[in-house]
Amino acid sequence: MPPRPCQLCSNNRAMIKRPKTGQQVCKECFFFAFEEEIHKTISDANTFKRGERVAIGASGGKDSTVLAHVMKTLNERHDYGLELFLLSIDEGITGYRDDSLETVKRNKEQYQLPLKILSYNELYGWTMDRIVEAVGKKNNCTFCGVFRRQALDRGASSLNISHIVTGHNADDVAETVLMNILRGDVSRLGRCVEITTRGEDTINRSKPFKYTYEKEIVMYAYFKKLDYFSTECIYSPEAYRGFARTYIKDLEALRPSTIIDIIHSAENIRISEVVQDALPKQQKCQRCGYISSNELCKACVLLQGLEKGTAKMAIGSKAKHVSQEVSSDTRTIPMFKMPDQQVRNNQTNQTNQAKQSV
Amino acid sequence: MSSVTRNLNVEFGGGLEILFNHQRQIKLVVSAQGRNPTVRDLIKKLADEHINERRELFIEGDTVRPGILVLINDCDWELRDELDGELEDGDVVVFISTLHGG
Repeated sequence: MPPRPCQLCSNNRAMIKRPKTGQQVCKECFFFAFEEEIHKTISDANTFKRGERVAIGASGGKDSTVLAHVMKTLNERHDYGLELFLLSIDEGITGYRDDSLETVKRNKEQYQLPLKILSYNELYGWTMDRIVEAVGKKNNCTFCGVFRRQALDRGASSLNISHIVTGHNADDVAETVLMNILRGDVSRLGRCVEITTRGEDTINRSKPFKYTYEKEIVMYAYFKKLDYFSTECIYSPEAYRGFARTYIKDLEALRPSTIIDIIHSAENIRISEVVQDALPKQQKCQRCGYISSNELCKACVLLQGLEKGTAKMAIGSKAKHVSQEVSSDTRTIPMFKMPDQQVRNNQTNQTNQAKQSV
Repeated sequence: MSSVTRNLNVEFGGGLEILFNHQRQIKLVVSAQGRNPTVRDLIKKLADEHINERRELFIEGDTVRPGILVLINDCDWELRDELDGELEDGDVVVFISTLHGG
């Protein structure tokens, strides 16, 4: 078959068909278009402020490895003036996370970025290996998800960082939209497609890859020969998410724009005020100070269950009624403190948000 | 009718190597009767002769499972007729899974 020319530069041979547009492009044009689309996503939403300290949630997998590479590239090319860090969570999963953390340590050298690793064991006194021993393989993803979210915030806070970027890509976002619809989780349906979730008492979270297809992330990593780790977690993956993922991949094979279409749909859904008023109000966890929609945050409830050996009971609707008292010898999570920078930023936010953002 | 054979270098990435005895690269010969061997022939041969277990994580019908990328000499197979793409002697065919956690 005769080679087709790149539809952007017309010079080189086309090597990749872009899933969003069907455009056929050469390697060099693909790299540039891929990076500049992410720059556009970031700058259109005024995602960062000059001088901001930003932690890249790094697992050693493809998404976060490409994210670290692209954030470093764009920060230099477009002079964002960001101070970038790698932040990794060690869940304590032997034969999985210990290997992927070795990848992150190599990334630290390759990208010359400072790295902080925070472990579940350090923060909660439990590794995932021990949690699975206690609760079995069925519900352990609930623990891991709740614990990781809070661990990332606490790791960032310890570095005086108030903004985390994660490698969630368009496929992940579409999958989450679908899951939130299937579960009737209206409050998360709106939030899950926002590029940044902000709040006064929370660390900002951004997804620079929210419009970036997984296919292109993997192609980029392959062509750039980036060093990433790709092994499935040894504990059973979330069945429900796996089903949503396969369903979306099947739809994508029939019509590649499906993924971006799902995201656009969710972006344009307006939640009625009646529903909004009924959503739980955010407050601070009475035990650890972390943001929560109940008196106790989910991590404190789960940890208390583990400590008491009743972990299985902590999952589900009974969670709200867990006793407030905790005996003095039971392990609890240290008090959460927002980084000083965040307090400053929130005060100045109203006055010069537009002026300094990139 | 004469048999047409192709010597190929096949590579696996993104976790797919686990299905192929943890081999990242294998060399194999694909043949077809009276026509040029295609990517469809290669996928069938891999699934029939080189996967020990969990075949469904690689093949669905006569094609790869959605989410597996295929590159022929670094070129996206979507630009080369996908399953019907004809293979040449010495071609490097890469299969990469996108499905593992990021």
